[in-house]
Amino acid sequence: MNIKQQFKEGLITQNPVTVQLLGMCSTMAITTTLFNRIGMGLSVLVILTLSNIIISLLRKIIPDKVRIACFIVVIAGFVTIVDLALKAYLPDLSSSLGLFIPLIVVNCIILARAEGFCYKNGVAASAIDGIAQGLGYTVILVIMCVVREFLGNGTFGGGILNGGDGIRILPESIPALDMILPVGGFLTLACVIAAMQYFLNRPKKGAEKHEEVSK
Amino acid sequence: MAFANLFEIALGAILVNNFIFSQFLGICPFMGVSKKIDTAMGMGMAVIFVMGVASAVCWPINQLLLNLNLDFMQTVVFILVIASLVQFVEMFLQKAMPALYQALGVYLPLITTNCAVLGVVLQNTQNNYDFIQSVVYGVTGGVGFLLAIVLFASVRERLEFSECPKAFEGFPIALVTAGLMALAFLGFSGLKVF
Repeated sequence: MNIKQQFKEGLITQNPVTVQLLGMCSTMAITTTLFNRIGMGLSVLVILTLSNIIISLLRKIIPDKVRIACFIVVIAGFVTIVDLALKAYLPDLSSSLGLFIPLIVVNCIILARAEGFCYKNGVAASAIDGIAQGLGYTVILVIMCVVREFLGNGTFGGGILNGGDGIRILPESIPALDMILPVGGFLTLACVIAAMQYFLNRPKKGAEKHEEVSK
Repeated sequence: MAFANLFEIALGAILVNNFIFSQFLGICPFMGVSKKIDTAMGMGMAVIFVMGVASAVCWPINQLLLNLNLDFMQTVVFILVIASLVQFVEMFLQKAMPALYQALGVYLPLITTNCAVLGVVLQNTQNNYDFIQSVVYGVTGGVGFLLAIVLFASVRERLEFSECPKAFEGFPIALVTAGLMALAFLGFSGLKVF
């Protein structure tokens, strides 16, 4: 499997959130500013890559029956490291992500990649897989965040741009607060997945038709 | 007063801060096992049990960790406790209720990675709940999960026969439904008893 294909899978065809439907809790929750989202995405990316590397290194040593427990311990270790690092260097981010940093342990993406990919593949491939899947996750987080922040708050780039308030696009009276609340999370993710299904199914059908014609 | 406090915690966990609709914890099993009411019921029961026991077991462990100044190990220790608990429930169900065990299938071991379980334990420590408060919060959090998943499963059973745009078929339309239910649960947010 080459690098290009792995990235394509991670970002589009096997995107962890929209196609594999993993890790939805953290995708929808977390306050809806861009800064938090990027922080969360990058934390997952780092943890995913590191745990992928370690698990693929250990894959011949870990006995089959207790592999899940072993994976979780490895993941929990890295999550604790990232949690402590964030508390030390980015206390603001750490406090606004709150519970969702330790909860990365139970983010299904990481366990699913460990079980489905790293346990069967080598170190280099697993590392790239971690980066690709992590990027796929981050991209979806950012898309959802931009949509929700725009509709719910009328701003863009909260937490980073314009001294943390974000750039105001809509006047304050227009936005629907619902989009920032849990409701908006469900609805936005539904639309993102629907769009993804639409675009993924379209070229495939075209290709099938093409094959039929060539036959 | 003590009872009133417990009642407030319980009401909060079931309705106001429902784990699924307002805290986004436990979405994966919520989406995965909600196609039939029976399995949803079984999953909900298993979650209540695991969350209650996990809260009870993790409380003394947390006290121990705090005494030893090892509180940075919380995440690692808690997830191990939860993983072994789930294993225990799995063995118990396999012997006692094979039908339910079959029905839950892959989702039973997945309770380990149900964020609601780890979430409830971590929230217990963050809120400094005492032993009884922790157990009440754990059990009622599970009840909230059961309520949400059973309601959702009954809607979803009907959803299968309805028509919707092609791109929304399957998962997205279920998410939209869940969003609307979250909107309904939002109505509880003003609820404050004492």
